[in-house]
This record gives sequence, C-alpha cells and structure tokens, in this order.
Amino acid sequence: MKFIPDPIGKFFHRMASPPHFYALAGQMIPWLTGIFLVLLGYGLFAGLYLAPTDYQQGDSYRIIYIHVPSAWMSLFIYIVMALAGAIGLIWRIKLAEIMAISSASVGASFTFIALVTGSLWGKPMWGTWWVWDARLTSELILLFLYLGVMGLYNAIDDKRTASKAVAILALVGVVNIPIIHYSVEWWNTLHQGPTVTKMDKPSIHISMLIPLLTMAVAFKFYYVIAVLQRARLELLQRERTSAWVKKLVMEQSK
Amino acid sequence: MTIESFFAMRGYAFYVWTAYGICGVVLVINVLMPLRQRLSFLQELARKQQRQQL
Repeated sequence: MKFIPDPIGKFFHRMASPPHFYALAGQMIPWLTGIFLVLLGYGLFAGLYLAPTDYQQGDSYRIIYIHVPSAWMSLFIYIVMALAGAIGLIWRIKLAEIMAISSASVGASFTFIALVTGSLWGKPMWGTWWVWDARLTSELILLFLYLGVMGLYNAIDDKRTASKAVAILALVGVVNIPIIHYSVEWWNTLHQGPTVTKMDKPSIHISMLIPLLTMAVAFKFYYVIAVLQRARLELLQRERTSAWVKKLVMEQSK
Repeated sequence: MTIESFFAMRGYAFYVWTAYGICGVVLVINVLMPLRQRLSFLQELARKQQRQQL
C-alpha cells in the first residue's frame, strides 16, 4: 500500500540524500541571500525612514522592526526544530536530525536578539531594562532551552544518539511555546498585548505594518540561509568518512 | 528630514542604534562562523587525504 505518490516520494528521497542536499543548498544560498538583502534593504528603509514617528513612543518604537520579527522567529524556529527532531526520532532520517540541530543556534540567536532589543526598548519606555514578568521570563526560558539543546548535542559524542536526546528535550520544551504566546493575555504584565496577531483588525497603522511584515519575511529568508549554512557544515562533519565527501575533497583540491 | 535628525532618532539614538547594531552583529556572525568552519574543515580533510596518498 502506498500513501505517497512516486514522484513526490522520489523527490524527498533525493532531497534526503546527503551529497544532493549539500550541493543543492550550496546553489541556493546565493539566491536566497540576494532576496534576503533586497527585503532587508527595503524593510530597514521603510522602518527607519519612511514610517512615521509614533505619537506616544517617539522614535524608540522603531526597535519594533527587529524586536517583533526576532521574537516571532524565536518561536517559529523552535517549532521547526521540534518537528524536525520528531521526524528524525520516528523515521531516523539523518537530514531531519541535522536540520533540528542546525536550527538551534539560529533560534538561540533570534531569542537573544528579541531579549536584548526588548530590553533596549523597555528602558526608555518602561524605565527598566528587565522585569520578571510572564512574557520576559518565558522568553528567557526559551533561550535556555535552545542553549540546553546545543549543550546536550555537544556533550554526546555519538551524533545519532545525541540527536535522539536533543529531539526529546526539544519536544518537551514545546510546552513553553503557547505559554510565551499567551503570556500577555493570561497574566498581567508590563509587556504590551499583541498588536498584529489579533483576531480582529491589527491595531497598527498600515504604514508601520508594511515594514514590520517585510522585516518578518526577510528574517524568514535569513533563517533558511543560516540553517542551510550550518547544515552543510554539520553534514560534512558527520559524513567525513563517506565516499561522497572524499570525492568532494578530491575534486576541490585538484 | 536631515541626516542629523535621522541619526538622532528624536533622542532615542542610543537605544535604537544599539538594538540594530547588536542585531546586525549577531546575524552576521551566525552565517559567517559556519561558513569559515566548513572551509577550514574541507582544507583539513584535503590535507589528510594528501598524506594518505603519499
């Protein structure tokens, strides 16, 4: 009995083949970087220059254009990491394991950026760099989860075992994701509520929303670039003794 | 808007530019580090292979 039609099955099979993935990722990175830079350029120009000053927060609000997309990415990447980890755990697909661990450092970076930019925004607006409220604390826990995943992976020498352990840790940590998202509604916090991802109309003017969404898409592209870059390294290190890596090295040193 | 007033960010220059600066540095490091590590790893593998062939 077949659940997946042949051409699609073949496509995934080819994609999951390490030499094919390594080469394809290498070809895609320049294109993705080009698109990313165009989006980033427009997003920064629109966010820092075109968008009007906020009537309450002045120009300090412009931190939103990196703070909110980073915070979104920190959650998005975590879910991708946990899913890839689960796929690796169930079907033992090597490439899924590599995608999971490669996502961890990118996700940790975005979480760090969200926390730091939030702090730099909080100081002039709330009068404090940090408060132990629900949103900030749960986001900090997310950072520790990412760092825990990276540390655990590095601590176990056999990378297939390490991937299993990491996937379980990542899956357990998923509990934190809805907590972060709903923290501003469940608890009284200093952090403002959602302005974009509300059920009714977003309470942000279109001239501010467009640069925000542009930056969010740009960061998505950045994530793909960064994760592919790291996955290529990870793949090479894992497959160092395989025939295709030997061939690749031989061709390059010619 | 003049260049000066753009960089001044109505008094929030320190907060806005520090935030963007840190963000930029972290994102650049994140793609350059694996790239450099991979290239040096490939060189290391090439050296090993040459030694084996001798």
